[in-house]
Amino acid sequence: MTWKQMFTSSIGQKLTMALTGLFLITFLIVHVGLNACIWANDGGQMFNTGANFMSSMLVIRIMEIGLFAGIIIHVIQGLLLFFENKSKRKIGYAIEYGERGSKWYSRSMGLLGTLLLLFLIMHIYHFWVPSRLGGMWNIKPLEEVDYTNGLGKQYHNLYAEMINVFQNPIVVILYVLGCISLAYHLMHGFESAFRTIGVHNNRYLKMLRYVGRGYSIIISIAFAMMPISIYLGWIR
Amino acid sequence: MEHYNMNLTLKIWRQKDAKAKGGFETYQVKNISSEMSFLEMIDVLNEDLITEGKDPIAFDHDCREGICGSCSMYINGKPHGPWKATTVCQLHMRAFKDGETVVVEPWRANAFPVIKDLCVDRSAFDRIVQAGGYISVNTGNAVDGNAIPVDKDKADKSFAAAACIACGACVAACKNSSAMLFVSAKVSHLALLPQGEPERKTRAINMVAQMDKEGFGSCTNIGACEATCPKEIRLTNIARLNAEYLSAALTIDKEN
Repeated sequence: MTWKQMFTSSIGQKLTMALTGLFLITFLIVHVGLNACIWANDGGQMFNTGANFMSSMLVIRIMEIGLFAGIIIHVIQGLLLFFENKSKRKIGYAIEYGERGSKWYSRSMGLLGTLLLLFLIMHIYHFWVPSRLGGMWNIKPLEEVDYTNGLGKQYHNLYAEMINVFQNPIVVILYVLGCISLAYHLMHGFESAFRTIGVHNNRYLKMLRYVGRGYSIIISIAFAMMPISIYLGWIR
Repeated sequence: MEHYNMNLTLKIWRQKDAKAKGGFETYQVKNISSEMSFLEMIDVLNEDLITEGKDPIAFDHDCREGICGSCSMYINGKPHGPWKATTVCQLHMRAFKDGETVVVEPWRANAFPVIKDLCVDRSAFDRIVQAGGYISVNTGNAVDGNAIPVDKDKADKSFAAAACIACGACVAACKNSSAMLFVSAKVSHLALLPQGEPERKTRAINMVAQMDKEGFGSCTNIGACEATCPKEIRLTNIARLNAEYLSAALTIDKEN
């Protein structure tokens, strides 16, 4: 048994999906937690300070590379599995089993994942690019803000960028659609990831089902409420 | 339950041989008793076809009591037809109403090529079992079955997994044509018992390797297999197979 044999087997490829998926699930908790600071309604000071703390910490910068690697591996392995699995039935059925046997979102992980990828490209373009690459290659940098009473410590005003981006109703709608895709993707993915890594104790599986559903719904609603509350002017 | 007779329109997949293109043929059957099994209804149709000098419909069947795993019809979009936990041979015609149209297709998967009409080649399953779905024992006198203690809960789970009749409905129902429910039932059956312990790691690795080689897809845990399984093999077995395979693959100390 070589590592190659393991990670190219059907279960090994699913393990790659599960591990990267669980890593991304963990990341989302950090992401939603930090972003929730916008609801402090303090003109973005708490949020900007938090974001600045994250971007200036070495550990997080290294994790960021891992995050991009995790997303890319999850996407590539996911697409490979999608096309490979699809190719296993060259002649299809006249009548599909469909909703009688499984949930539509469980069968549509490839589609939901692709929608999330498109969303992510837009999302990275909106925030990560100006924040991280601003000033390079003619990319407009974020404005700076000073929370130190003139001591000169400058923070990226990511909050102002959020307010700016979410004035466009089309962008708000696209973000909400992205969150709906996320909810359904996680609704299947959360529990499935644990099954793939081998959790087969019924007590834990039952618990994971409810935790997974709760997680998917809470995380997605929290994310969706961010552009909505900015667009509706609940926070300024 | 009240007995009644019915007339049905059947749309059945006809394919001369493995290489032929195949297509649906429409047949009318009359005065079918609600007490008949689905296979008996096809028998009646075949009698008519033979009388008319036509080629009867080829389909697999053997015991007709739901334990051999031969019958394999995909009826109205579900393997083994509309009833839960039922094989086609145990599906009674009272599942259908008078005047209904019933569509019958063979199992569809590259790993299960059609031989003729509704018969598919399921020898891939035999090769998976040959790869490790057994325990090696010395010949001679049988060992006293009660000599080895087995935990009751594990014995029950093992027995429930051993109920798999290898009909292939799980593959037919799966959007990925995955054989994971079948393989997981065979692996769970032996992994839960002390007799299965010595070959536990090689069994999981070899059976999964053969499964991949036969051209089945991977499992995405959608649960269509569990919903259609005539023997109600639980999806939990697949999670157990994942655990068996991964712990074996991570710890086995064997080249190649």
